[in-house]
Amino acid sequence: MSVLVYTENWDGKFKKLSYELVSYGSKVAEMLGTTTTAVTIGNVNDDELNTLGKYGADKVLCLQSENLKNLDSQLYTNAIAKVAQDEGSKVIVISNNNSGKSIAPRLSVKLKAALGSGVSQLPLSTSPFTVYKRTFSGAAFAHVVLKTDVKIITLTQNSFDIVENSKQVKVERVDFQTDAPKTVVKDVQKQTGKLLLTDAEIVVSGGRGMKSPDNWGPLEELAELLGGATACSRPVSDEGWRPHEEHTGQTGKIIAPNLYIAVGISGATQHIAGVSGSKYIVAINNDKTAPIFEVAQYGIVGDAQKVLPQLVEAVKEIKGK
Amino acid sequence: MKILVCISHVPDTTTKVKFVDGDTKLDTNGIQWVINPWDELSLTRALELKDNASTGVSSVTVAHVGPATTEPTIRKALAIGADNAIRVNADPADAYFVAAQLAEVVKQEQFDIIMCGIESSDYNGSAVGSMLAEFLDIPSVSAVSGLNIENNEAIITREIDGGKETVTVPTPFVAIVQKGIAKEPRIAAMRGIMMARSKPIKVIEPVAIDPLTEYVKFELPKPRAACKFVDPENPKELITLLQNETKLI
Ligand SMILES: Cc1cc2nc3c(=O)[nH]c(=O)nc-3n(C[C@H](O)[C@H](O)[C@H](O)COP(=O)(O)OP(=O)(O)OC[C@H]3O[C@@H](n4cnc5c(N)ncnc54)[C@H](O)[C@@H]3O)c2cc1C
Repeated sequence: MSVLVYTENWDGKFKKLSYELVSYGSKVAEMLGTTTTAVTIGNVNDDELNTLGKYGADKVLCLQSENLKNLDSQLYTNAIAKVAQDEGSKVIVISNNNSGKSIAPRLSVKLKAALGSGVSQLPLSTSPFTVYKRTFSGAAFAHVVLKTDVKIITLTQNSFDIVENSKQVKVERVDFQTDAPKTVVKDVQKQTGKLLLTDAEIVVSGGRGMKSPDNWGPLEELAELLGGATACSRPVSDEGWRPHEEHTGQTGKIIAPNLYIAVGISGATQHIAGVSGSKYIVAINNDKTAPIFEVAQYGIVGDAQKVLPQLVEAVKEIKGK
Repeated sequence: MKILVCISHVPDTTTKVKFVDGDTKLDTNGIQWVINPWDELSLTRALELKDNASTGVSSVTVAHVGPATTEPTIRKALAIGADNAIRVNADPADAYFVAAQLAEVVKQEQFDIIMCGIESSDYNGSAVGSMLAEFLDIPSVSAVSGLNIENNEAIITREIDGGKETVTVPTPFVAIVQKGIAKEPRIAAMRGIMMARSKPIKVIEPVAIDPLTEYVKFELPKPRAACKFVDPENPKELITLLQNETKLI
């Protein structure tokens, strides 16, 4: 039987997201009384593969092929489908990130397996197999029954806590035979060294109330001191004050950090749609009637220009800097 | 080159959603329906490509799976500038069902580029585009933030973690688009609205497909604890609260 978890790696390294998926997959396996197999594609060393055992993988498969160097939705789907069939997997867990979204739906058609996407909790029941997922851009949640024998779940990033559940893990490398890819990568532009917004547990975000792109200094400093990432509302990225990668909301990135600090952001529904998965929301806004205060647990009614530098000082104090 | 843009018909995002029949169905009373935001941007980009003669794009068609009541949304796409429209006359049961119906549309008429939005703002499935590609056994590229046609070849920009990639795939393919594909959605001009009235919407009957999932119940998010306000003259208090109560700092 088994639960199969597709654990993406980044240049041979796993990150929190991968451990989260394996933790989730092994909990689902527990619910079904079965084992967990993790599969990854590319060159990953043994030590790194072994770390997946710490979060509950019984077996780790590492597929290697020159043809699978870059993401090609068809080849990746075929590869994971083959592993799922060989392993007799009943549930396949994949991240609801960009690569997950390009693979999971194809896999659903290929295996005629029901897909529950953007899931944020363990299944509500295994018979009927019912998942809990975000709908209406976060304005509601749904109970969805996956009616087929094999099921696919895509898990929302940061929605499941990592649980250590050490297993004796068996690692296998597979030389995987495939066709040539149809997706040809001509150019890669990567920002290195920067904490990704989707990975961050603390996010400090600015809106139009920041008034000018020149005022972002203290906001960036606060994010850095807290070990977080920076984000912004849509008008801010549309105006070119901040890069597009930072735009959160319905049409931007959907994130679920532990702490979201919204500075000078009104809290329009479209913005909240992208951040409502945050565990805690803090709002700083000079208008006490701003809708952001309806979703925030902590708030300051005040001028961002005055409040931010004081917050920076306070964090420096407690961090002893 | 012929482009197909798949459009979804969704409640305007400012709609306060409510459910009926024991929280099993969306209450459609008073809902303002719109073209799904990403689909509107896809359509805009498709029309920009058609406007540029060097791309060789000859037509832009829109396709939608939905009952006759969704036709105003399709008319809007025609008013914005789509040349043709196809409606598969069925209730969109789930993403698998919709993708299977769209695959039939593509099999009947050849298209070179098929564009879908990355998700629809109602069921947030992020599934139809990739499923459609698998039904047709053609390539798909996800998280597409740029699409150009040069020398008869599609040049695609896709978002990856912490960056971007430029990729090519042979036609026909499905582009699953996100933010960045076009700046602002095109607005229908009076002339477009008048012309849209006379453009036909081709109606196709669905093929028999069983959905794989069933939405059995909806819930509204649990209310968050009321906001605790901190004195703006003493913002440091906020950091102390976060430290003590959330343990995140
Ligand atoms: C289809 C569609 C999709 C959309 N998608 C998104 C999306 O993905 N993300 C998104 O963010 N928006 C999105 N929007 C736009 C959204 O509706 C709002 O317009 C936007 O979120 C507002 O951004 P803002 O809060 O930064 O600016 P504003 O609405 O201008 O609010 C600025 C806030 O700052 C406060 N302020 C002003 N000065 C100060 C000061 N000195 N100190 C403290 N506070 C101050 C004001 O009181 C106000 O509340 C979308 C809209 C549509 C129609």
